[in-house]
Amino acid sequence: MIPPVIPFGEIKPALARDEALAEANRCLACYDAPCTRACPTHIDVPSFIKKIATDNLRGSARAILSANILGASCARVCPTEVLCEGACVLNDLHHKPIKIGQLQRHATDWLLDKRAPLFTAGAKTTDKQVAIIGAGPSGLACAAELARLGIKAVIFDANARPGGLNTYGCAEYKISAPFALREVEWLEQSGVTIKSGVTIGKDLSIPDLERDYAAIFIGVGMGRIARLGIPGEGLAGVWDALDLIAAIKMDRDKAKVGERVVVLGGGNTAIDAVTQSAMLGAREVTLVYRRGPEEMSAYHHEQELGRQAGCRFVFLAAPKSISSDSAGKVASITLATMKLGDAGADGRRSPVPNGGELTIPCDTVVMATGQDARKPFVSSLPGVNSDAKGRVIVDDSWRTSNPRYWAAGDCVSGGEEVVNAVADGKQAARSIAKSFGVAVSHGTGAAGAVTEAQEVTRG
Amino acid sequence: MADLKVNFCGIISPNPFWLASAPPTNTGDQVMRAFDAGWGGAVWKTLGDPIVNVSSRYSAVELNGQRLMGLNNIELITDRPLAVNFREIAEVKKRYPKNVVIASLMVESKREAWHEIVKRAEDAGADGLELNFGCPHGMSERGMGAAVGQVPEYACRITEWAKEAAKTPVIVKLTPNITDITFPARAAKKGGADAISLINTINSFTGIDLETFTPRPAVAGKSAHGGYCGPAVKPIALNMVAAVATDPEVRLPISGIGGIATWRDAAEFMVLGASTVQVCTAVMHHGFRIVEDMIDGLSNYLDDKGMKSVSELVGKTLPSVSKWEDLDLNYKVVANVDQQKCIGCGLCYVACTDGAHQSIGAKPSEKNPGRTDVWILEDKCVGCNLCSLVCPVENCISMKKIDTGRAPLTWKDYQKDPEHNKHLLVPNAH
Repeated sequence: MIPPVIPFGEIKPALARDEALAEANRCLACYDAPCTRACPTHIDVPSFIKKIATDNLRGSARAILSANILGASCARVCPTEVLCEGACVLNDLHHKPIKIGQLQRHATDWLLDKRAPLFTAGAKTTDKQVAIIGAGPSGLACAAELARLGIKAVIFDANARPGGLNTYGCAEYKISAPFALREVEWLEQSGVTIKSGVTIGKDLSIPDLERDYAAIFIGVGMGRIARLGIPGEGLAGVWDALDLIAAIKMDRDKAKVGERVVVLGGGNTAIDAVTQSAMLGAREVTLVYRRGPEEMSAYHHEQELGRQAGCRFVFLAAPKSISSDSAGKVASITLATMKLGDAGADGRRSPVPNGGELTIPCDTVVMATGQDARKPFVSSLPGVNSDAKGRVIVDDSWRTSNPRYWAAGDCVSGGEEVVNAVADGKQAARSIAKSFGVAVSHGTGAAGAVTEAQEVTRG
Repeated sequence: MADLKVNFCGIISPNPFWLASAPPTNTGDQVMRAFDAGWGGAVWKTLGDPIVNVSSRYSAVELNGQRLMGLNNIELITDRPLAVNFREIAEVKKRYPKNVVIASLMVESKREAWHEIVKRAEDAGADGLELNFGCPHGMSERGMGAAVGQVPEYACRITEWAKEAAKTPVIVKLTPNITDITFPARAAKKGGADAISLINTINSFTGIDLETFTPRPAVAGKSAHGGYCGPAVKPIALNMVAAVATDPEVRLPISGIGGIATWRDAAEFMVLGASTVQVCTAVMHHGFRIVEDMIDGLSNYLDDKGMKSVSELVGKTLPSVSKWEDLDLNYKVVANVDQQKCIGCGLCYVACTDGAHQSIGAKPSEKNPGRTDVWILEDKCVGCNLCSLVCPVENCISMKKIDTGRAPLTWKDYQKDPEHNKHLLVPNAH
């Protein structure tokens, strides 16, 4: 039996002003800083942190947002432990990195609270327009960069509300839906146009889209959790982990788990399902993963959150069937026990059944076993090729096999962080601008980096 | 355990730690609590004709979140009746006969006024007198405090007046708001002073409120310059103490003042010639309790050094206080990076390249991705120390001595025959 140790609320709360100042002053301001190198969007971290220390919060927020337009949400959802904060030299010196994420939040929240514009849209540079499919992180970043470059873009999104994973898919204690929507609103106020509830191919045909827009950006992310094809998968009490998280964020009354929850999967979404189930009041949460702890793709710090939530980890067991009680509700899950075989294509050892079996009584099963790519949608786009896993294939400039289409974010990567989607969506926008003949300046990241051996001579 | 007792111009104190004349010594209650905490002596808040103070009196300088790196005040001398002060001094001396009470004095520049205040202070039981020739604000506008300390003739004359009446030792407290501290120190000596104390506070504005454009501390939309003290002034005070201690014309006991907060600070003043030290800002920040570690730390230090008495420490540094022209031009050090300790922050590289002598190489680390590898270009390094000063890792960058094979050569000797002597210099040491 486990208590709900992590309440609904923010796992990394806002810093008070004096806390932020003390933390900002602790930063060494490394030259050619490792944190900046570790950030996919190359935010000039020492610069924005020292601006906090001088009480120049406007400048600090601008330094962040000029590199990463979703700096406010990335401050919340980034796995800073493995990115900027993981690279911080103070890990070596004092075993305590600078709280870069929380400082980033401090600065960006300040600007948001001031209701100051997020960015300045550029003067019109071309008559050509861009359609963006998907109002998630990559699409929003692409739209904002296009607006800065003076190019009109319209985002179409099938969901009722914009924001993609920030609104629907990132665990509530990392980023709340109201905050995600507030950030999107901020983007819209600054000049990004979004049309929600529009499904491309249904509400708006692809030929119409191609007729009206010179370039099309695909930022549709990934789809639902893949079906496992086991008996009982459709029972009441079986959740798709993303549906559960979306319900918590957008429709709390519908987000219900029972007392004994089994979560299937070994990634960060599985950990989210574990912690969120605990928050919803589950007395017993068990995570079942078909390989061993070494093979889990969830970050170490995420696994730690699962342990703090009192989760039981069952390794080397794969789901076989889900059984129901007389009322047709989930009653137990039967697992095939496994052993690790040879390393697969990704270098991880593959699990193979060892003939054993295990049954865990439960009333809820949450599937977090990996999302499907949006194969049907992507294949409906003329001439846009995808790989065997359904990921859109792009070249170095984020352009697809159809030269009118660009793509970035999870639909290309197969599932990375929000910050990667932002970085890539922005680069795609710059690529689109170049294809339009619009001048794109250099220098979006930190200045003055050491790029090669520098030996200076004295005059 | 080492003996911390000191004899300061005939005044015996249980230890060298005194409270400076300032808000912490405003009342008998405070001074008695200070003695309970372990302070050896207290210089009473300056006595004179009671004044009227303003409200809003202090302001401070912060450094990277550290409070009170420097403190500024526009408070004047005691605002309590002299009779009350003297009654409390008597009470303190009755209850704490072994602790030192020094009366700080400041009255108008009249012989009789000085004679009277000296007599009253001694009648109350003061062990000694400190003439406040240093207060830089308010009182100086009225011809007292720093207005006296800034004119050696006045300082000499008023010291003479005090000495005419005094039976106890007279300490003259100097203002740092002058060009050469040895001039007022010599004047005090000439006037018959038994000892010197320094420094008093430095003229300052600690900062301006950029919303109201008023300097701090603001008094109804205005401010006046105040007196600066605290850790930030210590280097200035150390230099002035050294200047007085090495002046052959002064040769008086010194009570060191200026930014002392720890036993280490105190020891630094003592090795430069101070035989007692006075503390104010650190007590205003943390209270009387800080003396416990000052006593404990100094005692442990003396034990570690095998010194039996604190007097062995006094003046120990003076032989190495030198003029620039007597420094060896052929002495050479170069920086050395301990690669095992380096965390790859690149701070030494940017400091050296932009701010010093372009003697450090850097490149993105292959061994430690994201970090910066640095190395010293020894043939270019002039041994300025900057990299070792900015390095955040203790003992990571050290300065190692290079044997130049050259005989020592000072500027004083060099400039006697530059044409000949330039061949005796280490090639890149100039």
